[in-house]
Amino acid sequence: MRIAVQEEEFDLGAEANAFAAGDDANGAIVTFTGVVRDLATGDLDVMEIEHYPGMTERALTKIAQEAMARWCLGDVLVIHRHGRLAAGDRIMMVATAARHRKDAFEAAEYLMDYLKSRAPFWKKEITSSGADWVAAKDEDEDALTRW
Amino acid sequence: MDVLYFAWVRERIGLPKERIETQAATVSDLVAELSAREDRYAAAFADLSALRVALDQELSDFDASLTGVREVAFFPPMTGG
Repeated sequence: MRIAVQEEEFDLGAEANAFAAGDDANGAIVTFTGVVRDLATGDLDVMEIEHYPGMTERALTKIAQEAMARWCLGDVLVIHRHGRLAAGDRIMMVATAARHRKDAFEAAEYLMDYLKSRAPFWKKEITSSGADWVAAKDEDEDALTRW
Repeated sequence: MDVLYFAWVRERIGLPKERIETQAATVSDLVAELSAREDRYAAAFADLSALRVALDQELSDFDASLTGVREVAFFPPMTGG
């Protein structure tokens, strides 16, 4: 299991390759990558991601440990960036390795659902017309009830 | 104890962290104490349903006791991913 909270970019291909090379018993590798969107207005200059150093790592570790306990997984990887990002930049990735794909897919969805609303990150969109904190969506909170 | 603020709570209060000597028994008591101090705190804490609290880096709630707590953090609902 590896949890990384970092400002710098990550190499999606290198991370996925290194993760997949871990263990021959894992027949299924799922990766998800989150990318900064330029929303409806099309004038996003910067996405600023703030986080709570210390709590972030603890929360992500707890979420990953819970996924390892609930599904039959060989390994879990979570990388989440903070700082100033531009449209098209990769914000985060999760990867799960399992013997079977169902565990890998479900665990990846679980990780995403939980890190959206239980990991202490806050996004601020800066456009030519001003800066706005991204509001949490009710549907993200509702998504947790299915687990 | 150390009190930390994040995102718009930090902006509204105007600082990321401060050290507070308090006898507050619960998070709600601390919120009431801070809100009574200055308008900027009252403004930040006006709607508690829009806020989350963590005690020693674990999510908690406003009824929770502050006994033994070293670090309190206030912030809006999280938007990771």
